[in-house]
Amino acid sequence: MKKGNDWRYKISNKEAIMGTVLAVLNFIWWYAFAYGLGGRPVKEYTYILGFPAWFFYSCIVGFIVFTILVYIMVKFFFKEVPFDADDQEREGGSQ
Amino acid sequence: MNWDVILPLAVFLILVFLVGIYTSKHIKSGPSFLQDYFLAGRELGGFVLAMTMVATYGSASSFIGGPGAAYQLGLGWVLLAMAQLVTGYFTLAVLGKKFAIVARKINAVTLIDFLKSRYESKWVVILSAVSIVIFLFSAMAAQWVGGGRLIESFTGVSYTTALFTFSASVLVYVIAGGFRAVVITDAIQGVVMVIGTVIILAGTVMAGGGIENIMGELKAENPNLISPFGSDESLTPLFVSSFWILVGVGVVGLPQISVRAMSYRNSKAMHRAMIIGTFVVGFIMLGMHLAGVFGRVILPGIEVPDKVMPLLALEVLPGWLAGIVLAAPLAAVMSTVDSVLLLVSSAIIKDVYINYIKPDASERFVKRLSFGITAVVGLSVFAMAINPPDLLIWLNLFAFGGLEAAFIWPIVMGLYWKRGNATGAIASILVGVGSYMWLHLNDPNLWGMHTVVIPVVLSFFAYILGSFTKGDRPQTNTF
Repeated sequence: MKKGNDWRYKISNKEAIMGTVLAVLNFIWWYAFAYGLGGRPVKEYTYILGFPAWFFYSCIVGFIVFTILVYIMVKFFFKEVPFDADDQEREGGSQ
Repeated sequence: MNWDVILPLAVFLILVFLVGIYTSKHIKSGPSFLQDYFLAGRELGGFVLAMTMVATYGSASSFIGGPGAAYQLGLGWVLLAMAQLVTGYFTLAVLGKKFAIVARKINAVTLIDFLKSRYESKWVVILSAVSIVIFLFSAMAAQWVGGGRLIESFTGVSYTTALFTFSASVLVYVIAGGFRAVVITDAIQGVVMVIGTVIILAGTVMAGGGIENIMGELKAENPNLISPFGSDESLTPLFVSSFWILVGVGVVGLPQISVRAMSYRNSKAMHRAMIIGTFVVGFIMLGMHLAGVFGRVILPGIEVPDKVMPLLALEVLPGWLAGIVLAAPLAAVMSTVDSVLLLVSSAIIKDVYINYIKPDASERFVKRLSFGITAVVGLSVFAMAINPPDLLIWLNLFAFGGLEAAFIWPIVMGLYWKRGNATGAIASILVGVGSYMWLHLNDPNLWGMHTVVIPVVLSFFAYILGSFTKGDRPQTNTF
């Protein structure tokens, strides 16, 4: 067992931090648009595609933007590592 | 009875049933039986993993209770529901590859297997197993009751008949097929949930004369319906934000979700699942809750929130389409109870029986026991659901938040903080569950936040404090 830390854990730790940062950004986006634009009196609301602007940006655009950010994070920043140390061949194979 | 609606529902039930039975043929015997029965041999691909996570998490409240609340409170409740977008990627990103790798190294089949090897403590195992069995058993019974009521309200058959149909179809495929049957049927149920969302949202927008028109009428009725604060201005920013813990990041602590993070085949599957899961959970939550708000313009004056969705579907859609839409909440309930049922039975068999009562039980016996216990648990839930005792309903109140407060830190800190130890984990579980129950009974929504927030904070400090006071860190490099 004693042979230093598993090299894959470093990658995993980094990815866990990225996921957490994304969640924090997601919260900020959601909160800032909802209460920044939506905190005004309803009379002053502007509308986009029929929705109040706060809702459009916070919930609809936010949903699309963060789905795309997850895609980017996973495609470009997450690394593929084998799970079974003694059976690395299987990782490449698909089914 | 409304045959137009019943027919698609019946087709759906039969389809799920047949697929569940079919997958059970793949169950292996021999030494890999437990891995296969409770974890599908860790072979989940990206799509199935995403769907089973979303479908297990999404319950009746996503399709019935939530849209009903949105109907009453307006866009503010849709905003609250969108806190759930984060569940699509957060659980998999945070537990991450490390959880999957560790689980393989120690051959973990259940969440408790992981806790057991990480903390090497009998008490951690017993406390966890007890909380899982008690809380999830009652949560499952509550969903079971919901499933029966749902069928009753759509079709007009009696509650007992509805409950029997529902339970029989779920029970047979879970017992026979185990985890593989659960996740494959979850995938089908997830697809039905997405299709149902598309149909009801489109139908509602058309019946309401377009979004602009709907917003205009909502504003005329009560301007607060289109503000983020709710029709009665009860939704403060702090209260709504606190749902990011309950239905967002805290979901990491739900055993039925975290066990899925050790079931996927490879990195690629995890990556795909994060993308698909985020999209699907966001789409369902946004679509269903918006439909609830829009419904207010089409069918004003519904007093009981739970009736909004069924009535709306029957109003804006032709019968057979309404049947497909109403299959969605049923799918949500089924996909939650099948997963929880298997989890409870794995806690009893793998975590308690094999760990402490009979470690050398023969493979054949374990196999028979697995089928047997799953059946017994399922049948007792069914018996309880016919006439639910008060205790069960009372326990269910704590299930969701209590489990999150109990497990979030022992899992997450156990993975990422070497210093964490058994004393910390035990303190965290006890403080988390205890403070959640106490707060819920004595001072719910303390300081304007959902009850779950403070117990999650307290259990964090309990974990740290416990770990510093006593005990050693693990001696291996496995973690």
